[in-house]
Amino acid sequence: MTPIATSDPIIDRASATRTRGATGFLGWMLSPERRGPLLIAPALITLFVVNIFPLMWSFGLSFFEYKANRLAAPVFKGLDNYTSVLADPDIWERFQHTATIVVGSVALQLVVGFLLALLFASDFPLRRYLLMLVLAPMMLSLSAVGVFFKLFYDPTLGFISRFISLFTTETYVILSTPTRATVAIVVADAWMWSPFVMLLVLAGLVSVPKYLYEAAEIDRAGWWRRFRTITFPYIRSLLLLALLFRTIETFKIFDVVYILTEGGPGSSTETVSVYVYRLAFQFFRTSLASALGYIMLFAVIVLTSLYLYAIQTRRAEPVNE
Amino acid sequence: MSKARTHVIGRSGWRRTLGAGVVSGVYFFPVYYILMTAFKTRPDALAMPIKFFFTPTLDNFYSVFMRADIQGGGATDSGFSHYFFNSMFIGGTSVSLALIIGTAAAYGFSRFPLRGNETYLFIILTTRMLPPIIAIIPIFVLFRVFGLSGTYTGIIALYTAFNLPFSIWMAKSFFDDLDRDIEDAARMDGSSEWSVFLKICLPQVYGGLAATFVFAVILTWNEFLFALMLTGTETRTVPVAIARTIGGQVGVDWGLMSAIETLFIIPVVIVTFLLQNQLLRGVTFGTIRK
Repeated sequence: MTPIATSDPIIDRASATRTRGATGFLGWMLSPERRGPLLIAPALITLFVVNIFPLMWSFGLSFFEYKANRLAAPVFKGLDNYTSVLADPDIWERFQHTATIVVGSVALQLVVGFLLALLFASDFPLRRYLLMLVLAPMMLSLSAVGVFFKLFYDPTLGFISRFISLFTTETYVILSTPTRATVAIVVADAWMWSPFVMLLVLAGLVSVPKYLYEAAEIDRAGWWRRFRTITFPYIRSLLLLALLFRTIETFKIFDVVYILTEGGPGSSTETVSVYVYRLAFQFFRTSLASALGYIMLFAVIVLTSLYLYAIQTRRAEPVNE
Repeated sequence: MSKARTHVIGRSGWRRTLGAGVVSGVYFFPVYYILMTAFKTRPDALAMPIKFFFTPTLDNFYSVFMRADIQGGGATDSGFSHYFFNSMFIGGTSVSLALIIGTAAAYGFSRFPLRGNETYLFIILTTRMLPPIIAIIPIFVLFRVFGLSGTYTGIIALYTAFNLPFSIWMAKSFFDDLDRDIEDAARMDGSSEWSVFLKICLPQVYGGLAATFVFAVILTWNEFLFALMLTGTETRTVPVAIARTIGGQVGVDWGLMSAIETLFIIPVVIVTFLLQNQLLRGVTFGTIRK
């Protein structure tokens, strides 16, 4: 697709003035070469004012000593916040908790999502309605899912804990030990997001041209061979995208943890997001929290670039035109 | 394009329906359990094994809006009707604004690429992908300074910016999908750029924009952290009200809680069904279309 606009600004400007009859500032604004910027400007201004400017402000703040609940002016500390963040064993512990949840949850999502996709790959009566039941969790509020599982894990009322109690002798208090609480978070998060993986894999499965299967039928290719040589190439890139996307999202996990365990027992399930929240709004170490936030942001930017790179690679693949 | 969704691997019969029905039933059970609990009396909700057959009651829904007084037989407004209004009003307004600004920008990015187009788009996506906890720290402080916390203006402005990257990427994906030949033909016939946009491109993406609107309203309806930090008594949205109801008591009234959650999620479940064909595009911010 080559743009139709001519590359010569002089001719463009002249023709704009001629056709519109507008001169002066208005004519300058409305000339064809400024159409793009003009359309984009309102969006960029909004984002700058509400999003980017505050971020720049807090980025600056991360080099100062500042508490949002004190009147004292910020004091310049250079890289002190960053060095103390990186040297603090507590923070590494939070990164470990987050990594455990990310690995556990994303792995579970990939497996469950993949199996669900295989189940829904072919057409059968009522498929559309059953698919809705499986997709619904993904669209719920993260905070609602937190509340749901808080009820299900309740030692006396929750059906999950009472179900497990059938196999153990005493009441099963799920959120009482670090391991159980971590598993509890992973299960809630994976339940919510497996449909996301399913949706992506399903998109790959339905994009496989039918004639390939028909050809395989003639060649009497076995199930495994058909899967490995025909199906898998079509879903490989989508699995990678699902992995990256879910890793980015799960890395930020906040709502579910905040509502379900509040980081407990102790601080055993506290993720980086929850820790930043505590630093910023309970201990009011605003500038330190900002510094930790920027370390998180760096990780997210790297992962987002990888994600977009994977998107482009996928578009360039011959199987996706 | 609409052919793609009927394009599935082969056909299976009712046996597959049975299998998929069992799996979907198990998968949906947590939601069903909440819906069920909302219609149960307290003894029914506590009964073990789980009661699947019971006489439904609307008492829990009544107490969502009217809370019985501790003394005397009266009841006072719990404020939830107002919180539901807030969620709808704040969501509707901010998404409308974001979609208007976003559609214009998306058209610009799609049809009149700038130098560094991809970089702009990347930065825009990053503002959406960044952990909300990072954004909230400076916004919380600055909102205090400018007196915006607890106001409708503040939260609507924030949610407009929050929905903007999503709107831009979604709308751009719809514009990118259009057949350019029609536009070029119209230009040849002397249509102005303005009427190419209004009369040719826009009508073709109305459906997509409507889906984007509904999608973004759900995202805003569900949003918790920004609302938690930036809304006050007057502007409180449902998720924050739910978290406060659950946090404030020693023993949570799960019947009441389930009733609130039911009212909160029913619109989302219905909309999910209506949006089924746009779901993939929606959950990946328009980056994956098929």
